[in-house]
Amino acid sequence: MAILVDKNTRLIVQGITGREGMFHTEQMIEYGTNIVGGVTPGKGGEWALGKPVFDTVKAAREATGANTSVIYVPASFAADAMYEAIDAGIELIVCITEGIPVMDMMKVRERLDQSKSRLLGPNCPGLLTPGQAKVGIMPGHIAMPGKVGVVSRSGTLTYEVVYALTQREIGQTTCIGIGGDPVNGTNFIDVLQMFEDDPQTEKVVLIGEIGGTDEEKAATFIATYLTKPVVAFIAGQTAPPGRRMGHAGAIVEGGSGTAAEKIAALQTAGATVAKHPEEIPDLL
Amino acid sequence: MNLHEYQSKLRFAEYGIPTPKGQVAHSPQQAYEIAKELGVPVVVKAQVLTGGRGKAGGVKLARTPEEAQQRADDILGMDIRSHKVLKVLVDPASNIQSEIYLGVTNDRAARKPLIMASAQGGMDIEEVNRTTPEKIIREHVDPFLGLRDYQIRNLAYGIELPRELWKQFGKIASGLYRCYVESDATLAEINPLIIDGSGNLLAVDGKISIDDNALYRHPDLAELRDTSAEPPAETQARAAGLSYIKLDGEIGCMVNGAGLAMTTMDMTKLYGGSPANFLDIGGGAKAETVAAALRIILADPNVKAVLFNIFGGITRCDEVAMGILAALKDIKVDLPMIVRLVGTNETEGRRLLDEAQVPHMITAATLAEAAQKAVTAAQGA
Repeated sequence: MAILVDKNTRLIVQGITGREGMFHTEQMIEYGTNIVGGVTPGKGGEWALGKPVFDTVKAAREATGANTSVIYVPASFAADAMYEAIDAGIELIVCITEGIPVMDMMKVRERLDQSKSRLLGPNCPGLLTPGQAKVGIMPGHIAMPGKVGVVSRSGTLTYEVVYALTQREIGQTTCIGIGGDPVNGTNFIDVLQMFEDDPQTEKVVLIGEIGGTDEEKAATFIATYLTKPVVAFIAGQTAPPGRRMGHAGAIVEGGSGTAAEKIAALQTAGATVAKHPEEIPDLL
Repeated sequence: MNLHEYQSKLRFAEYGIPTPKGQVAHSPQQAYEIAKELGVPVVVKAQVLTGGRGKAGGVKLARTPEEAQQRADDILGMDIRSHKVLKVLVDPASNIQSEIYLGVTNDRAARKPLIMASAQGGMDIEEVNRTTPEKIIREHVDPFLGLRDYQIRNLAYGIELPRELWKQFGKIASGLYRCYVESDATLAEINPLIIDGSGNLLAVDGKISIDDNALYRHPDLAELRDTSAEPPAETQARAAGLSYIKLDGEIGCMVNGAGLAMTTMDMTKLYGGSPANFLDIGGGAKAETVAAALRIILADPNVKAVLFNIFGGITRCDEVAMGILAALKDIKVDLPMIVRLVGTNETEGRRLLDEAQVPHMITAATLAEAAQKAVTAAQGA
């Protein structure tokens, strides 16, 4: 068992013939992900890396029975790519693209809420179920199959933690990057619920950062619903308030969403909070 | 990207929002001439991209053109929260009967635009929110439907605005919402929106923040960016495609990924040091990117040690090591450099660095070790 993606995933790549899309498609195929095709408008009928290319998501879904899509298109086309995937009835849409305007995402989110699709991201590394499927840009070899679920708002910090777990032979069920943008598709609570329902996941690692209130909401959820132990880490304790720290969307607004508040909320909820990421394997 | 008050009000005026007919002065002499032309009294207001101007003495009333000149002389060159004042706005002074707050922002928790109004304008709206949140009337906006007229009436009714002003208020609120949407703003606020001596609404102060990710489709707004007041290093970093924020510490940090960069900063603090900057070099670590980042870090005189923390994921650590070594051929570094490479091909990457025998370079295997070594090196330097 795992969550969201596994051996049965039938993945299409939106933007398969682009530089990023091509590079990461190759990596995903190498990992053993079941990629059934790709989409690039104007290149339907061609082949890329041995996979059929379609002009539209609808055509790709009809021909391949795809249930999952990963998006690698530039920011100015990303909203359209998401609408298209929602409209085609794709069950899980993973958007890697960073730099999408918030105004676009608020509309995408509105449309998403009226559909049956789930969106992961944008501005996220994607997700990985070790030994089964890799969707996105996470390096595959740093993970190993096991019983810990990992969910994070960060990219390289996630890799750092997963790598530290693997080096200590603590395997993972699924590693998920929800992305750091202010408006995204899937939040901590959604993933925590899935880990709670997944019989194979025994423990959960949650990696948050300053800004927003997703970690505080996760804390409430942990206290109320979660039966599995959680080890958490929050990045950005030394970040000055009011400054945006990179494109991750980490910003402390008006005294809320600070690292101290998030840590306190998680501790009160019963989660163990690590002082630094390398402490996480010990705390598990 | 934040716009200055005068830039924000010019933008508001384009959307039919009444604003004072002031002008910007770069010198006391200009302030004198503007005051003479506008007629007195006037308000001389520091134009800096930070809050707390009033408390810092950056907003002053002047009753004569001479006084306006004097006030501009006092305010120009002032340092407000480490922002130097390079220009002032000279606005005609208004007779303020009451002050209203009106703002639109992205509510990230609700994932929708939020328009807010309060009869308690003028003061810090966050303070009102803390002490008397019921005094702020809120309406979430469906991004596809836009702001509806009934929602504006809800705001006007909620803040007990006199009925004779509802029509004016409606024009201002719908103008502000359109301004917010069409500017891809993350915030567009009027504070205060006053009822003036003749009983009309007037936007005497305002602020617009633009979503940086949307600037590609607003070249006109991108041109409004004022880099004269920001640290030169931040301007250079933006040009090089780096994400950099200067801080006050002594350990220069170069990291890939924002979350990992913040964690690295936190770690230096955990071991008794403090970070000189936030710097995310993004994916990979090409020689030219590393070189640009190094130049920016080394230009900070407070820096006593440089900490590299790179996670090689898809990018291999041996490639990153070659990038660092190539950059160091161009730049001479006399400070201790602590390098931690981890992830794909890390052993190979570390071997390359060790064999190159770069002076002042120390390698580390773990993040904790790297942070400790950086703190020790900075203290010894």
